[in-house]
Amino acid sequence: MDVVNQLQRQFIDYSASLHREGFLDDQFTQLQKLQDDNSPDFVVEVASLFFEDCEKLINNMARALEQQQGVDFRQVDASVHQLKGSSSSIGAMRVKDVCVAFRSFCEAQNREGCLRCLQQVTHEYSLLKNKLQTLFRQQILAAGGSIPVVE
Amino acid sequence: MTVEQIGSEGKDQFPIGMRVLAVDDDPTCLLLLGTLLRRCQYHVTTTSQAKTALKMLRENKNKFDLVISDVHMPDMDGFKLLEHVGLEMDLPVIMLSANGDTKLVMKGITHGACDYLLKPVRIEELQNIWQHVVRRKKKDRCNSGSKDKPHPDSGEAAGIGNVDNNGKLNKKRKDQNEDEDDERDENGHDNEDPSAQKKPRVVWSVELHRKFVAAVNQLGIDKAVPKKILELMNVEKLTRENVASHLQKFRLYLKRISCVANQQANMAAALGTADSAYLRMGSLNGLGNFHTLAGSDQLHNAAFRSFPPSGVLGRLNTPAGLGIRGLPSPGTIQLGHVQNSGNPTNDLSKLQSFVPGNHNTNILQGMPMSLELDRLQHNKSVGHIGELPTTDSTTVFPGSGNLVDARITGFSNNPLLGVTSNSLMLEGSSQQATSHTSVSAIGFQNGNALSDFTSIAPASNQLQDSKAGSQGQASPINCNAGQIIRSAPQEWNAPRKDAPYQSHASINSSIPINSAMIQLGQCLDRNNSIFHRTTDLDSVGPLNFVDPLSIKHGEGDNSIMEPSVIEKEGYLMFQPRPHGSHVPDNIGSLEDLASAMMKQEGGCNGYSLRTSI
Repeated sequence: MDVVNQLQRQFIDYSASLHREGFLDDQFTQLQKLQDDNSPDFVVEVASLFFEDCEKLINNMARALEQQQGVDFRQVDASVHQLKGSSSSIGAMRVKDVCVAFRSFCEAQNREGCLRCLQQVTHEYSLLKNKLQTLFRQQILAAGGSIPVVE
Repeated sequence: MTVEQIGSEGKDQFPIGMRVLAVDDDPTCLLLLGTLLRRCQYHVTTTSQAKTALKMLRENKNKFDLVISDVHMPDMDGFKLLEHVGLEMDLPVIMLSANGDTKLVMKGITHGACDYLLKPVRIEELQNIWQHVVRRKKKDRCNSGSKDKPHPDSGEAAGIGNVDNNGKLNKKRKDQNEDEDDERDENGHDNEDPSAQKKPRVVWSVELHRKFVAAVNQLGIDKAVPKKILELMNVEKLTRENVASHLQKFRLYLKRISCVANQQANMAAALGTADSAYLRMGSLNGLGNFHTLAGSDQLHNAAFRSFPPSGVLGRLNTPAGLGIRGLPSPGTIQLGHVQNSGNPTNDLSKLQSFVPGNHNTNILQGMPMSLELDRLQHNKSVGHIGELPTTDSTTVFPGSGNLVDARITGFSNNPLLGVTSNSLMLEGSSQQATSHTSVSAIGFQNGNALSDFTSIAPASNQLQDSKAGSQGQASPINCNAGQIIRSAPQEWNAPRKDAPYQSHASINSSIPINSAMIQLGQCLDRNNSIFHRTTDLDSVGPLNFVDPLSIKHGEGDNSIMEPSVIEKEGYLMFQPRPHGSHVPDNIGSLEDLASAMMKQEGGCNGYSLRTSI
C-alpha cells in the first residue's frame, strides 16, 4: 500500500512538473479525463499516434528543407501547420510554440530560420517523448502493474 | 475509419445519438475528435479522407446529421468538401482548424459552414454542436410549411413570399454571420424532418441545372419566378418548391458575383458596348460546379449553354446577377465550370486560393466579338465565362492598362482575374483598334478576363502609345495560352519590360490554350464587341483566350491550345503562389501587350485572328 501510494505520488508529482515546465498543458489534462473504462489506454494511444505523426512530419520538413534547388516552403508550412494542430490537440505546448515560430519563418521563406526551428522541434519532440514515456511507466506502476521487460 | 451502428433510439434522444461524420487527415486529431464526440454521446464515423467522406455521404444522404471537417487536407480542400456537402446534401458542416485567421473563418462562413472551431477542440464546444442540426431542421420545416399550400397558383405567390421571407431571414442571419442556410435551403426537401414528412431530394444534375438557367435567362432574372421557371423547364416530378429553393441559391451565387460586377459596370460603360456582357452560360458540370459557384467567391459557375455553332457570343444569357445589359451588375460572367473538369473541386479550390483575397468575381464584359463558342467547346468544357474583375474601367485602362489586374494572382492588379476557368474567351472588341485589348484579354487566361475588353478598348489607346514593350512581347506571345498570359501580365506590369515573359513559367505551363482560343481568333474578325471570357475550371478546359493578335497570327493550328487546362494551380496564377513568379502589380500598358501580340507571328496556333482588334 505504501509503495502504491508512493508511486502514485510520484506520478502526480511528475505530471505536475511536466505541466510546470510547459511540456504539457491543460489539453493533456483533458485527454487524461477522457480516459475511462471504455478507453483505458486512450492517453497512451493518442500519444503514440502523435509521436508517429510527429516523426513523419519532421522527416517531411527535413526533406523539404534540404532541397538545394529551391525549398518548397508551402510544403514545409503545410507540415508545420499539421504539427501545430496535432501538438496542440495533445497538449504538447512547447512543441506547439516552436511551430508557431516555425510558421513565420516559412512565410518569410527564411531557410535558415526554418532549419533552426526544425532542430528545435526535433529537440522538443524528443524531450517530450522521453518525459511522456516516463510518465506512462509511472502510470503503470502506480496502477499496480509492472513494467514488462523486453528481451 | 470506424463506423458505429446507429441505434434506433438515436433520434428520439436527440441530441444523444446524433450521427456525426468526422474528417481529418491528422490521425492524432481524428482520434481525439472521435473520442470527444463519443464522450458527448454522439454516433461517430471517422475518416481521414475527404473523398471517402463524400462517398459515404453520397451513398446515403440520410445517414448523417452533421459533418465536422478539417480545413487542411491533402486530398481535398476542406472548403471544397464543405461546398459539396452543403449543396448536395444540405447537411450542416463544421470546420475545424488549427489556424484561426479571420480570413479563413470568413472563408468558412461564406462557403456555408455553420461553425468554425479551433484546434485543440474542447469537449465543451462539441457538446453544443447539435444546435446546428436543430436549426437547420427548423428552417427546413418552415420551408416545407409553405409547400403545404393547397393551391399551387395561389400558393405560389405565398410560397415565393415565403421563400423570399426566408431568404430575407436568411440574409439577416447571414449578416449575423451564421451559416448561409438559405443557400442550401432546399425548400421542402427536408429529409431530416422528424415529422415523417419525407420528400425525395431533388438532385440538380447538370442537365437539370442547364434547363433551369435557360429558363431563368429566358425569363430574365428579375422576372424569373419559380412557377414560370418550372413551366419552362418542363421537367416531370419537379415541384415549384424545388425550383424556388434552387432559385434562391442561384440568386445568392449571382449576388456573390455581382460584387465584382459593379466594377465591371464602369468598364462596360467605358467600353461603350451595349452588349457588354455577353455571357455564355455553359452547362455546369454537375453539381460540382454549382457548388463551386456557390462557394467560391471568385468562381462562379454559370450554367453554360452550348455555344451555338454560329458562335455569337453576344447572346446575353446573363441572369440579373450577371449584370449584363444594364443590369445592376455589369457583365458578370459566371465562370462556368468546365464540363470536363476532372476535378472541379480541386480546381476551384486552387483557383480560389489563387485569387488573393479577391472576392470579386470578375465580370466578363462581353465585347461584341463574335466568338464561336462552339469552338470553344473543343475543350470539352463548356466555355465558361470567366468573370472579369469588375474593376473600374478606369482602373483597368488608365495608363496602367490593367486589364489584368489584381485578380489574377499572377497579375497583381488584374481585376479580371477571378475567373478561374481555364478557358478565357475574349472577343476582341471591334473597337479595339489595337489588339491590345485582345491581348490583354489573352493575358487573362482564366480569370483575367480581360473581361473588360471594354476596358481594353479605351486602353487600347494607351496601349498603342507604349509600343515599346509590346514589341518584345510579341514573341512571348505564343499561341500558347500560357504564354499569352505571361506576356499579358508582363505587359501590363512593365510595359517595357521584355524580359520576363518567360518568367511566368508557371503561368505558361499552366495556361492551356484552348483550341477555342483559336476560334476566338476567328471570331474576332467579326464583331468584336463581344468579349467573352470563358474560363474553364476544368483542367481540361483550355483557356480560351482571345488573343486577337495571336489569333491573327494564328497558325491556325489549334494544337496550341491544349486542352490542358490551366492547372488548377496554374490557372490562376499567372503568378503561382508565393513561388517565384513575380507578377507586377500593375499591368502595364495594354498596348505593350497588344503590340506584342501584333508582332507575334508565329506562336499562335490556330489563331486566326484577323479581327480588327
